[in-house]
Amino acid sequence: MSIKYRKNLLICSGSSCHDASNFDLMDFINVKLKEYGLDDDIQVVQSVCFNKCSIGPNMIVYPDNVEYSTITKSDIDDIIIEHLLNGRIVERLVYNDVNIISGTHKKQYRIALRNCGFIDPEAIEDYIEKDGYDALAKCLTTFTPEEVTQQIIKSGLRGRGGGGFPTGVKWDITSKSVAEQKYVVCNADEGDPGAFMDRSILEGDPHSVIEAMAICGYCIGANKGIVYIRAEYPLAIKRLKIALDQAKEYGLLGSQIFGTDFNFTIDIKYGAGAFVCGEETALIHSMEGLRGEPTLKPPFPSVSGYLKYPTNVNNVETFANIPAIINKGADWFASIGTEKSKGTKVFALAGKINNVGLIEVPMGTTLREVIYDIGGGIVDGKKFKAVQTGGPSGGCLTEKDLDLPIDFDSLTAAGSMMGSGGMIVMDEDDCMVAMAKFYLEFTVEESCGKCVPCRIGNKRLHEMLTKLCDGYGTPEDLDLLRNLSVVVKDTSLCGLGQTSPNPILSTMANFYDEYHAHVVDHKCPSGQCTSFLKYYIDEENCIGCLVCARNCPVNAIFGEKKKLHIINHEICIKCGICMERCKFDAIYIK
Amino acid sequence: MGTIKSVADLKNLRSSIQEANQKAIVENNNEKLIEINVAMATCGIASGAKEIMEFLIQELPKRNIVAKIKKTGCMGYCYAEPTLEITIPNEKPMVFGYVDIKRADEIIEKFIKKGELVDGVIPINYELAT
Ligand SMILES: Cc1cc2nc3c(=O)[nH]c(=O)nc-3n(C[C@H](O)[C@H](O)[C@H](O)COP(=O)(O)O)c2cc1C
Repeated sequence: MSIKYRKNLLICSGSSCHDASNFDLMDFINVKLKEYGLDDDIQVVQSVCFNKCSIGPNMIVYPDNVEYSTITKSDIDDIIIEHLLNGRIVERLVYNDVNIISGTHKKQYRIALRNCGFIDPEAIEDYIEKDGYDALAKCLTTFTPEEVTQQIIKSGLRGRGGGGFPTGVKWDITSKSVAEQKYVVCNADEGDPGAFMDRSILEGDPHSVIEAMAICGYCIGANKGIVYIRAEYPLAIKRLKIALDQAKEYGLLGSQIFGTDFNFTIDIKYGAGAFVCGEETALIHSMEGLRGEPTLKPPFPSVSGYLKYPTNVNNVETFANIPAIINKGADWFASIGTEKSKGTKVFALAGKINNVGLIEVPMGTTLREVIYDIGGGIVDGKKFKAVQTGGPSGGCLTEKDLDLPIDFDSLTAAGSMMGSGGMIVMDEDDCMVAMAKFYLEFTVEESCGKCVPCRIGNKRLHEMLTKLCDGYGTPEDLDLLRNLSVVVKDTSLCGLGQTSPNPILSTMANFYDEYHAHVVDHKCPSGQCTSFLKYYIDEENCIGCLVCARNCPVNAIFGEKKKLHIINHEICIKCGICMERCKFDAIYIK
Repeated sequence: MGTIKSVADLKNLRSSIQEANQKAIVENNNEKLIEINVAMATCGIASGAKEIMEFLIQELPKRNIVAKIKKTGCMGYCYAEPTLEITIPNEKPMVFGYVDIKRADEIIEKFIKKGELVDGVIPINYELAT
């Protein structure tokens, strides 16, 4: 066996460190190490982005865990001579507040995801080893249901499914409804495009949800629980089923749990993957075998829900927080987050961001921290434009909101909402009108059709947006778009229609100039709406080879061999094949 | 498996799980086991985590390495799947991303056997509520 390298230099391979260095750091260091005769002693390793893009290029010396930032060519000699040869840290290059491996300043804090990625989700023993089912044991054997509910109220936990209703208060209301039967329902429908928080929790730590549902049952006086989960989540379903069987075998579900007279069982019901079935009344109807259509509230499910019995509906992530609150105390939980939003929130980071992923941050973390420090910034070093939170019901937040501490109330005040945790990042190449159109397309497909404003109103909104993107919009359309948006919001039956125009209203508020450009200047500023673009042939570059004409699927290109070709814009469908095939860069768009 | 009828039963079960882990250590000449977690949520599996898991299960014994290989849920590094988290006894866990068979092989030969790092290290950027 060869001798192991004495030290490793981890070089951030993120694109922004790479751009910032302007020279190939890895190669340069390798050459330098050779010069000093250290190449057998020290190894240079490429690391995934450190998320410290603003102070890049970055390097970590391992195993010393010393992090150097904003390194230039001339610093390399210092690092080699001082640190690698003499063992003295080059202090001037160290950013103490952001030490990564030892993590003095970690932005993420995992409560709901505390076990996700650490335990085998199909082994109850793994969960039990990590204090699993302690919370349930503690509740059943040392607290009354009221005491547990009071702790949840005191913790300040609010529903993670979108509405942000205080969870303990909901439990309290359901517990006070008098009936011979009550239900605990876990909402695992998760229909928000781009969101996968709940799926990840169920796939990674199903027992935390099971334990929490039993605790909820104890508090509200229910002995039956149901998980409503979309059939499109086969792995989550499989692991949940395994977990339920194991809990039953150990007697952690069933009758006389922990020797008390509390009984609790959990069933699974499958959804067909309709977005509206995530709305609690529609969800309950779907479970009853009826069409997944919402009904007016009140009555709230807490009073009259599944089969008309009082039903407590909570989201997966909401439940996943419960055992931690019981084990570590309401005060601990309430000490994390902002004044009115306690604890953490899991987000699914997606879109034009380097580190697409699942993250959990304390409430009050800023968007900038999430996007740049955790998300690693925008792909290809492009300019950030907006981030959509709250999915199709939410709105977009822009540059000016980047330092906003994220919580339920701040996002609503900024014209968006927390929603369930989808976060889609957009860059300068994204057209905001097209973005609004994308969400409306989703809403039109997912509207259940029960009420007129949502069924027809959203359809008309979508048509108008399509007209805008296709280049036929007029200034009058903008007024109409705004007015109809308000009407749909005001008159729809459920949360779907009441929020579906939000993407339009918030993009109009923040990017009115883009709407204006579409209808007045007949231009799409970002260039995404291709209808505004036309393909042209450059007179100088075209050699008349006929390749474009031969490949055009609609025969829109005319010309003779060795003569300049011309594109007929009436026929052209803007597919771009000509541009792709031309070997002489003779085709351009304007 | 016995059913749990009291808080004491739960505590006993936890102790016996811990004892079983301890026994594995004793059987490994009193040395802690190398722990390898493979992120196997839907997304990890879709990008090839299963093959990596099978590779590790087959190869490690062949190369005389005793390790506890475990499938877990999502570790959160969607952009770098498949991902592995490896804990060498008495060291901090290390996460590796973009693991394919070639890199998995490199990880065994370099990181596990010699303690050298290989490309694709992901700095851990969270704190756990434990
Ligand atoms: C159109 C629509 C879709 C919804 N989808 C979901 C969903 O997928 N998951 C979820 O937990 N809540 C969803 N909700 C919110 C639920 O109605 C309900 O408020 C939530 O499940 C309550 O749980 P919580 O208090 O723990 O958040 C949706 C609401 C609306 C209006």
